[in-house]
Amino acid sequence: MLSEYAFWFLSFVAVFSAAGMIFSKNPVYSVLSLIITFFAVAGHYFLLGAQFLAAVHIIVYAGAIMVLFLYVIMMLNLNKLEEEKRSIWSKSLSVATGGILMLVLLAAVRRTDELNAIAAGEYDAAMGLTQNLGNVLYREFLMPFELASVLFLGAMVGAVYLSKKELA
Amino acid sequence: MDALLIYKFILCVIVFVISLGMAAYMTWGERKLAAILQDRVGPDRAGPLGLLQPIADGVKMFMKEEMLPTQSNRFLFILGPCLFMITACMTGAVIPWGSGITIGDVTYPMQIADINIGLLYLLGVVSIGVYGIMIGGWASNNKYSLLGALRASSQMISYEVAMGLALIALVMMTGTLSLGEISRQQDAGLANVVYQPLGFLIFIICAFAETNRAPFDLPECESELVGGYHTEYSSMKLGLFLFAEYINMFISSAVMATLYWGGYNFPFQHELGLEGNTLAILQTVALFAKIIIFIFIFMWVRWTLPRFRYDQLMHLGWRVLLPLSLANIFITGIVMYFLGKLN
Amino acid sequence: MALTNRSKTVTVRELTWSEKLYLPAIFKGMMITFSHMFKRTPTIKYPDVKREMAPVYRGQHVLKRDEAGAERCTACGLCAVACPAEAITMESAERKKGEESLYREEKYASIYEINMLRCIFCGLCEDACPKEAIFLTDRIVPSSFTRGEEVFGKDILVESQDTPVDVTKRQSPEVLEFKKNKSHYHNRTFKDAKPLVNKHH
Repeated sequence: MLSEYAFWFLSFVAVFSAAGMIFSKNPVYSVLSLIITFFAVAGHYFLLGAQFLAAVHIIVYAGAIMVLFLYVIMMLNLNKLEEEKRSIWSKSLSVATGGILMLVLLAAVRRTDELNAIAAGEYDAAMGLTQNLGNVLYREFLMPFELASVLFLGAMVGAVYLSKKELA
Repeated sequence: MDALLIYKFILCVIVFVISLGMAAYMTWGERKLAAILQDRVGPDRAGPLGLLQPIADGVKMFMKEEMLPTQSNRFLFILGPCLFMITACMTGAVIPWGSGITIGDVTYPMQIADINIGLLYLLGVVSIGVYGIMIGGWASNNKYSLLGALRASSQMISYEVAMGLALIALVMMTGTLSLGEISRQQDAGLANVVYQPLGFLIFIICAFAETNRAPFDLPECESELVGGYHTEYSSMKLGLFLFAEYINMFISSAVMATLYWGGYNFPFQHELGLEGNTLAILQTVALFAKIIIFIFIFMWVRWTLPRFRYDQLMHLGWRVLLPLSLANIFITGIVMYFLGKLN
Repeated sequence: MALTNRSKTVTVRELTWSEKLYLPAIFKGMMITFSHMFKRTPTIKYPDVKREMAPVYRGQHVLKRDEAGAERCTACGLCAVACPAEAITMESAERKKGEESLYREEKYASIYEINMLRCIFCGLCEDACPKEAIFLTDRIVPSSFTRGEEVFGKDILVESQDTPVDVTKRQSPEVLEFKKNKSHYHNRTFKDAKPLVNKHH
C-alpha cells in the first residue's frame, strides 16, 4: 500500500521534473530538474529492491556527472538562452533522430508486458542486493563487464589525448 | 511495530539535536583550542570559560540583517545553504551509536537505519553535498563566490575517488556495506585500522578535503576569495553554511571512528561484567570519546598546517592518493588470497 | 656575462625521499603546535586586571600649581624649545592686579596647548622647566574621534585646585639631585650659564 503511494509520487516527480528539464529557459534549472529526476528514478530502483543500483545511480549520476554538467554551465556562464540560427537541414535531421529514438523506446515499452510475465514467476526479493548482483556480474557476465571497462579505458585515453593535443 | 516507529522517531530527534549541539560547541571548542595553541585566552566573556558563546553567536546570527544581492537568483540563493545543511544532517542516519538499548523486554538497535548499503548511502550523501555550495556560490552572482563554488566541486569530486577506493579495500576485508555489521565485526576482532593503516590515512586526508577543512579549505579561503562561496551570505544563511561545516566534521569523525577505530566498542568491554543498558551507554560514551579525539585532530591540523596551493591539491588527490589507494586494494587482495580468505 | 663577481647562482635543492613524503615534517609541525598547549598565556585581561606600570611612567602632562594654588608656569617657552616633536605652543600674558592668587609670577601663559598626536612623551619638557611647572604623569591619554580633541589646552592640562595630581614619583630624591647637577646643559638656567662656559676654557 505504502509502496504504491510511493510509486505514484515518484513517478509524478520524475515525469514533471523531466518535463521541467526540457522546458526551463535557465540551464541551471534544467540541470537541477534533471537531478531531481535522477533521485526519483533512484527511488524507483529502491522500490524494486535494487538497492545497490539505486545508491550507485545517485553516486555516479547525481553526485558526479551532474556536478560536472553544473560545473561546465557555471564556467561558461550560460545564463541566457541564446537561440542559435540553424538551417532547415539540421532541424529536420534532429527531428528524425529524435523520432527514431522515440520509436526504439516505444518498441521497448510495447514488450514490457511479456518481460514482466517472465519475471513475475521467479521474482526474488534479494536479487538486487549487492552480494547477489556482484555474483551475477562477476561470474555470469564477466566478459561483457570487462569489455565495458576496456571501452571506458579507451574513452579515457582518448580524452587525455585530446586535452594534451598541443604537446603531441 | 508502533513502538519501534516511535523509538526510531525519538532516536532521529536525539541524533539531530546532538548533531546541532555538538556543532555549536565545536565552534566554541575551535576558537578555544586555536587560542590555546597560539598562547591566547580565547572567548571568555560569555559565561564561565566562554561556554555561553555559541548561544550568543546564534542569537547574533539571527539578529543580523538579511541581505539578498539584487543581481542574484533569489530562489537558488536560499536553496544553497538549505541543501548544504540537509545533506550534512542526513549522514547521521546510518551511524551506529551503540550496540542496543533495552526498553521493557525489547532490545532496539541504537542506529536510525541499519541499511545493508550503509557505506554507499554515505558516499551518495557526500557526493550530493557539493550541490549546496555550488548552487549557493553560483546564485550569489559574484566572481569570488563562483570561484569558490568551482573549487569546491572539483576538489570534492577529486577526493571522492580516492575515498571510495580506500573504502573498497575495507569492504573487501569486512565483506559488508552495513555500518552496524562492521561495528559488530570489530567487537569480535581487532579494530579495522590494524589491518588497514594505509586505507585509514587515505580516508582521513580525503575526509579533510571533503569537509573543506584546512589545509584543504580552498573553496572558502579568506585571503584569496574573501570567504569563497559564502561571500555574499549574511545572517542565518551564512550561519547554516558555517554550521553545516561543523556538522560535517562531527559526522565524518563518527564515520572514521566507526569504520576504522572500532565504532562504539572499547577494549575489554565484556570483561567488565556489565550488562544491557549500562554497557550500551558506556559504549556510546566511548564512541563520543573517539569522535572528540578526531574533532581535536581536525582542529589541531587546521591551526598547524598552511593551505595547499590549487595545483598541489590536485597533485595530491590524483597523483598520490589515487595510486596509493589502488595499491592498497591490490595489497589487501594479495594478503587475503594468501590467507585463504577469498572464496 | 656577469657584471660583478658578487652574483650567486641559486639552485633549489632536490628534496630527499623522506622530505617528499611530507609526513615527518607535518608531524614535526603538529608537535610544535601541541607543545604550545602547555605554555603560559601572556594575556592580561585588561578591564579586569590592569597591567603594572613603571613608577616613572610618562603619560599625560599636568601643569602644576604651587602650595597656594597659583599656576607655576611663567610661559618662558623653554619646554616648547626643548620639545623635539614641536608639540607645545603657548601665548604669554602679563599678570593684572588682583590676579596674584591665580598666577605665581608676573608673566603667565594665557594659552598653553600640547598636541598629543605630535607628543612623543620623551619628558624633555619636564627636564627643561625651570619652575617645576610641567610634569608627565602615569595617566594614559584618552583616545578621541577627531584630531582637534587631541590638542589639549589649559582646561585639561592645569590640575584642578581641589584634586592635585601626585607627581612625587617623578620628583624622587634622585631626580631632584639630578636637576641640581648644572654640568648638564638642560639643567642650567640663565644664571648658571656664565661660570661654566669660563670653566671650559
